[in-house]
Amino acid sequence: MHKTTTMAAAVALLAQPAMAQTLDDQINSIFAASTGWFVSLIFSSFPGTNFPWIVGWLVVAALVFTIYFAFIQFRAFGHAIALVKGDYSDPNDAGEVSHFQALATALSGTVGLGNIAGVAVAVGIGGPGATFWMILAGLLGMATKFTECTLGVKYRNEYPNGKVSGGPMYYLKKGFAERGVPGGGFLAVMFSIFCILGALGGGNMFQANQAHAQIAGVVGDYPGWITGVVFATIVFLVIVGGIKSIARVTEKVVPLMGVLYVGAALLIILINFDQVGAAFGMIFAGAFTGLGVAGGFVGALIQGFRRAAFSNEAGVGSAAIAHSAVRTNEPITEGFVSLLEPFIDTVVVCTMTALVITITGQLMIDPATGLFILDEAGTGIMTMGGNTGVALTSAAFASAFDGFQYVLVVAVVLFAFSTMISWSYYGLKAWTYLFGEGQTKEIVFKVIFCIFTVIGAAAGLGPVIDFSDAAIFAMAVVNIIGLYVLMPVVKRELRSYQKRLSTGEIRKFV
Amino acid sequence: MTEQIVVGYDGSPSARRAVQFAQDAALAREVGLIVAHVLEWSPYTFLSPQELEERHMRREEELKRADHAILRPLIMELESRGGGDITTVSRFGNIAEMLARIASETKASQIVIGRTGHSSLASRLFGSVAGALAQAAPVPVTIVP
Repeated sequence: MHKTTTMAAAVALLAQPAMAQTLDDQINSIFAASTGWFVSLIFSSFPGTNFPWIVGWLVVAALVFTIYFAFIQFRAFGHAIALVKGDYSDPNDAGEVSHFQALATALSGTVGLGNIAGVAVAVGIGGPGATFWMILAGLLGMATKFTECTLGVKYRNEYPNGKVSGGPMYYLKKGFAERGVPGGGFLAVMFSIFCILGALGGGNMFQANQAHAQIAGVVGDYPGWITGVVFATIVFLVIVGGIKSIARVTEKVVPLMGVLYVGAALLIILINFDQVGAAFGMIFAGAFTGLGVAGGFVGALIQGFRRAAFSNEAGVGSAAIAHSAVRTNEPITEGFVSLLEPFIDTVVVCTMTALVITITGQLMIDPATGLFILDEAGTGIMTMGGNTGVALTSAAFASAFDGFQYVLVVAVVLFAFSTMISWSYYGLKAWTYLFGEGQTKEIVFKVIFCIFTVIGAAAGLGPVIDFSDAAIFAMAVVNIIGLYVLMPVVKRELRSYQKRLSTGEIRKFV
Repeated sequence: MTEQIVVGYDGSPSARRAVQFAQDAALAREVGLIVAHVLEWSPYTFLSPQELEERHMRREEELKRADHAILRPLIMELESRGGGDITTVSRFGNIAEMLARIASETKASQIVIGRTGHSSLASRLFGSVAGALAQAAPVPVTIVP
């Protein structure tokens, strides 16, 4: 059984007899009990090892796409930036969704708690070495993202009224049919089910949970369901009430917060510049030895890969939904643009968080052996003040800038909120794929979504994070099967585009 | 038609004065008049996923609305005061850049715009269309007060 699962079960068991009367604990224990089987299925290990098969599944896929497309993530990097800048956009298409906008929207769905809390979880359990594997997973994941977003645009549905719907469910169904491979319809349905669960879990509960933890860390502890109800109300106003002004404010402030976060992290790194070498030393040493963390270097590797996948969502299929609205005659261009996403999200932002936690000395090291000291349960590294998750990141930033924890609260709440809005949309797309479009059907999903916001805020971090990961990874199981079947289609698109680019048929407009 | 005048129009009173000025000039010189309506748009704004999905539809709606509510009434008005060879065009983009682009695409000889009448502080902060156009225009620009 996976380690955090055991920890979660232990937390649930401890909580039950002691104070079963509080609402939070009741929600927590019911939730942990009812989702445990799903979590263990997704995170079961290869026989005789403690390596979860799902992590292998994602990494192997990313490797396959990287080799199949001959390191497209490095070859097309410059071209991707030119596309985002609009160098290849026809000015007559102005007013349509630009590459920049599609990228920004997809990023606001992925950059968020995964980068702040998720990384802290990874480093807190797997040590700084997890960072190395996280960066590697991010770089490889760029090829996966390239594949899925190209397919998302290629097989999207365009309706007469001008709206578009795209994503894995559409390419699974239409792409498989086109290639004469059976089972596309079935996989599309499976993907939609998992996407709904993922939207409720990682895209909602985890966000609400960590936002609550962050607020409680500043104003003092109070019941989680209160945060849940407040969040659910605001989300409800936006997605059901169509209150655009809230969404608009968020969309404006979130990028600003992202810049502020990275800026603060860079500043901390610059102030402690003399320790950067030592931090990277720990990252490399930890990557291959573990430096005493639970599970050794495999533990570091699993944590790194797992959090990277959870943060940049490469292979999950969610980005393919967001990217498919762009206006382009060339689906491959959206693939190029999307490969910047894991780079920004994981290689840049996640690494910043990991460096700040490492540099500010949050993780306790035994001076005699140079190894990390484990906490009482033996599963994580002992930290200053016993912080985990977002509290660990918060403490790391606060140790350098007094009061930054307050800025981080605002950032976390806004990130959580924008991720929830994005995922409510992904979930809704999957929902309408299954049940058809219609006002009532859509409202049913949106109400369910808001209920899960409350549950997420009230439940403990362990069960929530496990269920969130499990649901999101289940999407990847189905999506990646589809990517393997359809990758020759992407290759054909790529060859044709490169040929026309070299002959000058595709030209810059500026 | 060999020569044309481009005039920017956004429905404001000063833009109407600019159009009337341009029409008189076009009639006097017996040249064509292009009334350009630019819908302010930046490809670098942030949209929610829902807005992404609906963008194409909204764009069509916005163009249709611009035609119905802004350009058509103006054309009727211009017909009643002398007419001439008038064409209309609606585009999305930065107003000054787009007017300059339309002028070079149509090989126009002159651009006419109205003055927005912003206070000098607002212009200092955000720049004015007239100022930007003066820098970017490929042909002489006439600003009508």
